[in-house]
Amino acid sequence: MKRFLQTTTIALLLLVWASICGASAGTIKIGALFSVSGPPSFLGEPERNTAKMVVDEINALGGIKGRKLELVVYDTQGDATKAVQAANRLIKEDKVVAIIGPSTTGETMAVIPVAEKERVPLISCAAGSKITDPVKKWVFKTAQNDGLAVAKIYEYLNRKKINRIAILTVSDGFGSSGREQLKANAARYGIQIVVDDTYGPKDTDMTAQLTKIRGSQAQAVICWGTNPGPAVIAKNVKQLGIKLPLFMSHGVSSKKFIELAGDAADGIILPSGRVIVADVLPAKDKQKKSLIAFVKDYQKHYRAEGDHFGGHAWDAVMLLKGAIERGGDSPAAIRDQLERTVNFAGIGGIFTYSVADHAGLSKDAFVLVEVKNKDWALVK
Amino acid sequence: MNRELIKFLLLVVVVLLAPLSVSEGYLLNVLVFVGIHTMLALALNLLLGYAGQISLGHAGFFGLGAYISGVLTVNHGIDPWLAMAIAATTVTLMAFLVGFPILKLKGHYLAMATLGLGIIIYIVFNEAVDQTGGPSGLSGIPNLSIAGITFDSDIKNYYLIWTATLICMGLALNLVHSRIGRALRAIHDSEVAARVMGVNARLFKVQIFALSAGISAVAGSLYAHTMTFIAPASFGFNFSVELVTMVIIGGLASIYGSLLGAALLTVLPEILRTFQDFDIVVYGLLLIIMTMYMPGGLVQGIPALLSALWGKFKRSPAAHA
Repeated sequence: MKRFLQTTTIALLLLVWASICGASAGTIKIGALFSVSGPPSFLGEPERNTAKMVVDEINALGGIKGRKLELVVYDTQGDATKAVQAANRLIKEDKVVAIIGPSTTGETMAVIPVAEKERVPLISCAAGSKITDPVKKWVFKTAQNDGLAVAKIYEYLNRKKINRIAILTVSDGFGSSGREQLKANAARYGIQIVVDDTYGPKDTDMTAQLTKIRGSQAQAVICWGTNPGPAVIAKNVKQLGIKLPLFMSHGVSSKKFIELAGDAADGIILPSGRVIVADVLPAKDKQKKSLIAFVKDYQKHYRAEGDHFGGHAWDAVMLLKGAIERGGDSPAAIRDQLERTVNFAGIGGIFTYSVADHAGLSKDAFVLVEVKNKDWALVK
Repeated sequence: MNRELIKFLLLVVVVLLAPLSVSEGYLLNVLVFVGIHTMLALALNLLLGYAGQISLGHAGFFGLGAYISGVLTVNHGIDPWLAMAIAATTVTLMAFLVGFPILKLKGHYLAMATLGLGIIIYIVFNEAVDQTGGPSGLSGIPNLSIAGITFDSDIKNYYLIWTATLICMGLALNLVHSRIGRALRAIHDSEVAARVMGVNARLFKVQIFALSAGISAVAGSLYAHTMTFIAPASFGFNFSVELVTMVIIGGLASIYGSLLGAALLTVLPEILRTFQDFDIVVYGLLLIIMTMYMPGGLVQGIPALLSALWGKFKRSPAAHA
């Protein structure tokens, strides 16, 4: 036993050594922080998969100006402390030229001071609008701001002459950011929030909140959360026989939601990026080419449907590629070139960064979709 | 000079000189976290290792320290040092009051009660959005500064954190070798016997619980001011369990064991990152192997391993031929 242990220890140490030395010269190193495990793994896993896939493809086509990319991915487990440690490691030990991620707003906010101080461009894949508002010199993001999704829903409500709503948001980062935006934008669209309630990320029954909504003056319900909570709400709404129109956030715009909610999903309307409706988009849509390529690729590599979250990583890698092609591979040059990105048709939308805008998207990044017959349909 | 003092001074010298051999900024950053985790493991060890009372809620006290510091400095513009003092006092006082009813419980029930306490604190961080910023965290916490020096780089933070850690270690060493330390160990072995001998077991338990919470809060404040950002996810149940693991892997009822445990559990995941997706599996395996073959923790296991290796080396001269 002892001999075995010794041999294993030595073998392990050699492995560690070998992988440390494995980095070859001449490549361009890009760092990535994704929460591949832990509660936000539903974000981190497709992001990691996509980033690897895109980098492999770029390399297979000869890299950028003949130089291969090398992607260093660290798992942050959704924990801000781990994200900061990993970011420090990427910058100071791996000496990456830019960082993609992290997956969540909390982790991103934690990593921002590091990136700013060390002067390394960071392209976050998280949605929170405070990441780029106010603008930070070295920080960009690819996920659509929650405010844009809210605007899309409110515009629709205006058209339907609905002005009293109930909101039901999950008490995590995604939900609280959505709640903030829903409340902040309501007045501008002449909308009154008559019920403002929350639920816990692990709750399995929301009839209490919905009963309260049923007894109110609300004409529509907006729910803001990620799976599985919204599916429970959809089912509860059907069980309670509530006839009010139900709106969801882009947090559930994946097939998984329809699977979870089953028949109860029918008729639900939500804002979403274009990925899930790539097939039915009109041919003149500028993003269509990128979208179809991404969805097909992801299907081929991972036998699963490409989603928004993977899309955020796709956009981040491609934006970086563009910046490096134009301006070289020093962190400062990459930052400057990122800021000059104009009309890049990616997965999340059409990106145009500027000195005053590091989020780069308009509300056209979203389309409204409705669940019909267990599939998505565009709302005209 | 006694041996304890020499051991401690040796550690002080090592800590002071360590940054000289660490050229890379990244490792220094990891060492900062080793310092913070050492304070926490130490605090928990006083309670768990010496007094024999479990707590699965220490991440909560750590978080309270961090959040009180963070909220007071960011939202109310209070001086960071003052905020830290307020945090430490409040948490100590709170633990003292809560300790009386909770520490009446024993074994699993105590574990449950402290677990509940930790979860309540965690929920408050999440729900008090107006003050704490909710799940997406609180940013813009100022760095500590003294006499014109702002602790804003890894090397400065290293000395700040480790000064605090060494002070805590010194105090703890003093404490466990005093009358109180002996009383705690007596309570650990048999509370009834200790009370028969005239030890006020209940008061001692509550006091050590409060002290333990207070040290955790100081660690939390330091964490907040060095990271400049805090989010609830760092103070959840998982972290409480990680702290218990640090104490057990390092060695129960050993101050130096806390240092070893904290160092191992902080550095190991960093080393294992090279295994990519398998790091968690390897991490778990190593922990299982260590608890199986080093039941006394690293503090007893490492010397035993070294002497065993040395014995083998001497017995087989062929080994170095």
